[in-house]
Amino acid sequence: MSFDLLIGAIVAGLLLGGFYAAVTAGISIAFGMLDIVNIAHPAFIVLGSYIAYIINVGFGVDPIIISVVMLPVFYLLGTAIYQVYYLSFEKRGQESLRGLAFFFGVLFVTEVMLLLAFGVDYRYVEAPYIGPSLHFGPIDLPLRMLVPCLASLTMFAVLQILISRTFTGRAVLAVSQDQLALQLMAVDPIRIKRIAFGLSIATASVAGALLVIIQPVEPSVGREYIGRVFAICVLGGLGSMPGTLIAAMLLGVVESITATFYGPSWAPAIAFGFLLLTLAFRPSGLLGR
Amino acid sequence: MLPFTLISVTVAIGLFLLIRMPNIEYLFVAAYTIVQYVVLTTAWNILGGYTGYVNFGSAAFFALGAYSSVALATFANQLDELVPESIAPMLHLIFPLSIPVLIVIGGVVSGIVGLGMGYLTLRLRGAFFAIATLAMAVVLQTLVVNWEFVGGSSGAYIVRPGEFPGLGSYMQYLFALMLALAVLALVTARAIERSRLGYGFAAIRDDELAAEASGVPTLRLKLIATTLSGTLMGMAGAPFPYYIGYLQPQSAFSLEYAVNSIAMPMIGGTMSWVGPLVGTLLLGTLQQTANVTISSAVNLLLVGLLLIGFVIVAPNGIVGLVQDRLRARRAK
Repeated sequence: MSFDLLIGAIVAGLLLGGFYAAVTAGISIAFGMLDIVNIAHPAFIVLGSYIAYIINVGFGVDPIIISVVMLPVFYLLGTAIYQVYYLSFEKRGQESLRGLAFFFGVLFVTEVMLLLAFGVDYRYVEAPYIGPSLHFGPIDLPLRMLVPCLASLTMFAVLQILISRTFTGRAVLAVSQDQLALQLMAVDPIRIKRIAFGLSIATASVAGALLVIIQPVEPSVGREYIGRVFAICVLGGLGSMPGTLIAAMLLGVVESITATFYGPSWAPAIAFGFLLLTLAFRPSGLLGR
Repeated sequence: MLPFTLISVTVAIGLFLLIRMPNIEYLFVAAYTIVQYVVLTTAWNILGGYTGYVNFGSAAFFALGAYSSVALATFANQLDELVPESIAPMLHLIFPLSIPVLIVIGGVVSGIVGLGMGYLTLRLRGAFFAIATLAMAVVLQTLVVNWEFVGGSSGAYIVRPGEFPGLGSYMQYLFALMLALAVLALVTARAIERSRLGYGFAAIRDDELAAEASGVPTLRLKLIATTLSGTLMGMAGAPFPYYIGYLQPQSAFSLEYAVNSIAMPMIGGTMSWVGPLVGTLLLGTLQQTANVTISSAVNLLLVGLLLIGFVIVAPNGIVGLVQDRLRARRAK
């Protein structure tokens, strides 16, 4: 095992992990804090990728800027989905089985619609930072990984501040602990959940743009991320944003090392190993609630 | 139970003869797919409908069955190179295995994986199980893609004999086997429903904590459910390589199986064995027609939309709707 190769793999893994943090942020809110098992999240991320792709190809705008502009649209989409989910499932107390099936249907419909609209071809965006790399001795820092990683960390920091410093953010944390207590303090838990779920889907806009910067995208690419995001979310500890970040980095590094030394076709199996081991030995995750 | 078995066997034989009548080979090809889904959805419903644990990995269990057949067929083909000469003649007596034997083996393999899967994840909340099954499908696909012996990512050819002695084309034989499996699955599901096991499953579905507190051995029951469900799915998958002729990881692990095996019971109704059957016959026929007349992508879109629509509007499926209607009429 060459040392340079190992260092390179670890650095690439940390960059990848930074990106995974953005992908998982939404699930960390929806699943970790609201107990909504939104398995359709990766499909919304791919939707974000396609929106970034269309505008980038049409007008040459930077994908990250597009994704920030699209945040309100995704937020509204999220609140609308939560409203449907609440009225159809949570209110009737049927969220477990039918709620899951609902999101599975949403995942599937989103994917097939993208497929019908764009076909199975891989799509990619253009930006000045796709291509060049920075070099520090043996370490290679490709900008197409570094920029998404930094953007992701910025988004993560903003989310963390929103959740831990603002009243609404704290109410989101409260809703995951005791809905009744929140109600007694004259806060409408449904409204809080709607805002939080909107926020969770909004992150998919940014994560989607980052995804299409990192790799070419086709409609079903989101599926590879379902295992990853839930593995990260569970490993980090449900609802813990710092835990999510650490877990994302950890998974990124392990995946990158596996890909470097055993070949990239084995990488998808890593996430599942993480998930199963976590579930079996430490179900509360690294920094669980 | 015996009368029901007799009735379903009679219906199956009748169906077989009926489809045979027009002498159109394609009818068998289309009907095979639908009957295969009857097995898959009934299997899914034993876990998903009766105990309330959603399995997103139906495709993985199905593919396990299919790939165990591929592995055994490849082994039979390369027998002379793979084993020492002294044992080869003995093995030649056993190999190539007949399809009913492959079905049993596929069932055993999937059943063991189902048991292991359940053992690792079922101690936790339901949602974790669902996610783990989804992730498991990805991992098993990774393993198969990296397993050169069964063709890796490029797939494997399976030579299908042209004729089956005494029955006509091989497709008819496969269809007859699948019908038998469907009867087996339905009889099993119905028997479970009316047994202590079924009441235990229902108790888990309604309130797992309360069930556990009143002495229902929840973990053991859930493990029985995952094993049974996995076994039946594997059995449905085992003849698939012979049906399709060329098996690729993408087609064996296709999300279509996962979606259909959830959507069909949900649309039909998950509370009894009738629901998956009704849902499958309805949706399966619709899909086969749409596949021929429109396109396969549109057909999948249709399934997704129907699934979303039904879980929102009619949570108990078509069977639930009919029951409500009957109850309302009786109340008048």
